[in-house]
Amino acid sequence: MTDQNNPSNLQPDDPDTTGHTWDGIQEFNNPLPRWWLWCFYLTIIWGVAYTVLYPAWPGISGATAGILGYSTRAEVSEEIERFDALNADLRTQLTEVELASVNREDSPELYNFALQAGSATFANWCSQCHGAGAAGVQAAGYPNLLDDDWLWGGTLEEIQATIAHGIRNEEDPDTRWSEMTAFEGILSDEEISHVVNHVLSISGQEADATLASAGDGVFLDNCAACHGDAGMGDRFLGAPNLTDAIWLYGGSAEAIEETVRHSRFGVMPGWSGRLSEAEVNATALYVHSLGGGE
Amino acid sequence: MATNDAAPKLYAAQEPIFPKRVKGPFRNFKWALMIFALGIYYITPWIRWDRGPSLPDQAVLVDMANRRFFFFWIEIWPHEFYFVAGLLIMAGLGLFLFTSALGRVWCGYACPQTVWTDLFYTVERWIEGDRNARLRLWKAKWDFHKWRLRVTKWIVWMLIAVATGGAWVFYFADAPTLLRDLLTGEAAFVAYATVGFLTATTFIFGGFAREQICIYACPWPRIQAAMMDEHTITVAYRDWRGEPRGKGKKRREMAEAAIASSRLAGPTIRGTEPGATSAPEVEAPGDCIDCMACVNVCPMGIDIRDGQQMECITCALCIDACDEIMEKVGKPRGLIDYLALTDETNERAGNTKVPVMRHILRPRTLIYTAMWSAIGIGLVVALFIRSEIDLTVAQVRNPQFVTLSDGSVRNTYDIRIRNMTAGDATFRIGLTSEEVLRVDLEGSQDLMVEVPADETLLQRVYVIARPEDQASGQERTDFRFWVEAFGTEERAYQDTTFFGRGPQ
Repeated sequence: MTDQNNPSNLQPDDPDTTGHTWDGIQEFNNPLPRWWLWCFYLTIIWGVAYTVLYPAWPGISGATAGILGYSTRAEVSEEIERFDALNADLRTQLTEVELASVNREDSPELYNFALQAGSATFANWCSQCHGAGAAGVQAAGYPNLLDDDWLWGGTLEEIQATIAHGIRNEEDPDTRWSEMTAFEGILSDEEISHVVNHVLSISGQEADATLASAGDGVFLDNCAACHGDAGMGDRFLGAPNLTDAIWLYGGSAEAIEETVRHSRFGVMPGWSGRLSEAEVNATALYVHSLGGGE
Repeated sequence: MATNDAAPKLYAAQEPIFPKRVKGPFRNFKWALMIFALGIYYITPWIRWDRGPSLPDQAVLVDMANRRFFFFWIEIWPHEFYFVAGLLIMAGLGLFLFTSALGRVWCGYACPQTVWTDLFYTVERWIEGDRNARLRLWKAKWDFHKWRLRVTKWIVWMLIAVATGGAWVFYFADAPTLLRDLLTGEAAFVAYATVGFLTATTFIFGGFAREQICIYACPWPRIQAAMMDEHTITVAYRDWRGEPRGKGKKRREMAEAAIASSRLAGPTIRGTEPGATSAPEVEAPGDCIDCMACVNVCPMGIDIRDGQQMECITCALCIDACDEIMEKVGKPRGLIDYLALTDETNERAGNTKVPVMRHILRPRTLIYTAMWSAIGIGLVVALFIRSEIDLTVAQVRNPQFVTLSDGSVRNTYDIRIRNMTAGDATFRIGLTSEEVLRVDLEGSQDLMVEVPADETLLQRVYVIARPEDQASGQERTDFRFWVEAFGTEERAYQDTTFFGRGPQ
């Protein structure tokens, strides 16, 4: 057997060595296979052809377009068109059927489509205020959509109407509208303190019993018209329930006093002009499915 | 040593190789293995396996669209990818095992490049004749005869190549349907592209690139070389028995000279160490009659008598060729043989040949075998104990919890239930916890959900702690979700956490 490590044992037909030696190991100077060279030329041809056919060379304000006219943007819009066409039927159905009939048992495909579409619409248009998880922002008065408390109602139709027309949206005559009076100057500081304690007591929080009972009359005279005698609120008027554990602007004595003195309310745009009917309906179904739907 | 005077050539053309037909036990084994391997490859996609109406009836199917892998009675889901990981580990250990024990046995017998090249050579021999005829044809001018043979050969190669590429795609879709679609032009572009690509690679690699793939393109030979040791079995030439080689008149002269010299200097010892060529005695000729049979049959175009070399794929055809000659000239077989590196020193020292099994069975290979088997047994056990229902729980953490109007604390979980059984099933979702917690399902009045056969269902689940319950005031409460198939004992669980309001 030949000992290739030993220079004296190189065979007559062995190729030359490169002259490199490491610890007695020499490197053959084998020629490259010619087809390898052809493959290399082929890659060059391929590379040139590719830059001619496809967008490639950068310029000042763009790149060469390539004679095939390909662009990823065009491909995406084609994909979108393709899926729009595929979903056209489901979208039409969403505008025609009664929303309450769209559920997992009766129309699973439509229901699934609506939730996915609604989720996308919500992320695009609603999450800026209500949050990506739809939990709202209490400090800013953006309502939490996950809980079981609704100012204007939590059925599918009511949610749909809120999304379509907005809240205190001056551009839409069908919008939800309510405004609370700012009681500073109308009620005395004492009366305000009484009514705040009254509200604290009916919502099950710690309150000064004397002040609270003094606030009974103030509440009946000034607040009960909207919030009801027992403070349970009125969804028709958009008046919040003051007896539950959920507070849009906070339920502490300070927060309640601030609300009584200066009044607070937010606005929400109506989406019927900006979103399609199908998108509004899909969003209603999505919000309804988040845990608070009635 | 070659001289460095002339500038070295930068590029070399491919040396044409015309392997001669060979007969013998290794060749027969290779025929059997080729039929076996190609048979498995071509027939497998056509085997049917009834799995009921909702599942495909193809025995082996990689269903990309539905993310399922079917292998006879086994169905692998994407979340059971650890089976694939396990098989890859087994393949790795198998490589260690086979390479350390038998060297490049994969290259010589089982590698697709070897099997298909062998098949292409068979076609070539069948159409153009054996080695000498092919050599003549290669040198001949491009007349009608040559064109006819060449084109015939290329057509047959192309048919094989198309069938090879064609068979591959059948593993990824229902074979009969796909065949019809392929033939009627209705199949997906990716199917045609795959068939086209594999047809081209098979045709070029099997018909023209051949040994060039093994020598220049494949990383395996280098990796395998690093795994071999002095007990690894490789194909080698017993040069201590074969040398000095010679044939015909030269051989007779050598023999006569040796006899003459032995009368003067006594008996000679054959097989002196390399470099010690200046022995005073004239050696008797070795067993090698320099007939070149081993070189003529080699598909790699090498001379095994130069020693073990990188190009050798250990296909053992030279063993068959040499044994045939040795029998004809009345010498013992095995001048070229499966040998380990230690055999050389051993046999030069005059000891008897160590049986091959003694080389193969050694601690290293036994440890590899044990590891390989352990993983294999582990996978089989995992296959049998895996549950047919499964769930994953993803807690919705935005927000962590929701306060309800009565002051309750609610957490939300997205539970994915996998029904890996062949029938539709109803599942009951429940939980066990040390604290009082209530479960509610989105869009459902009860705690039951239906999951169709071989599908998954994503269900939103609410867990509620009332104001008076411990869990609403604690920061975390650990609990366990249970999913139970209605009517059977099958159940599965997943541990998760309930976030409360925390102490206030």
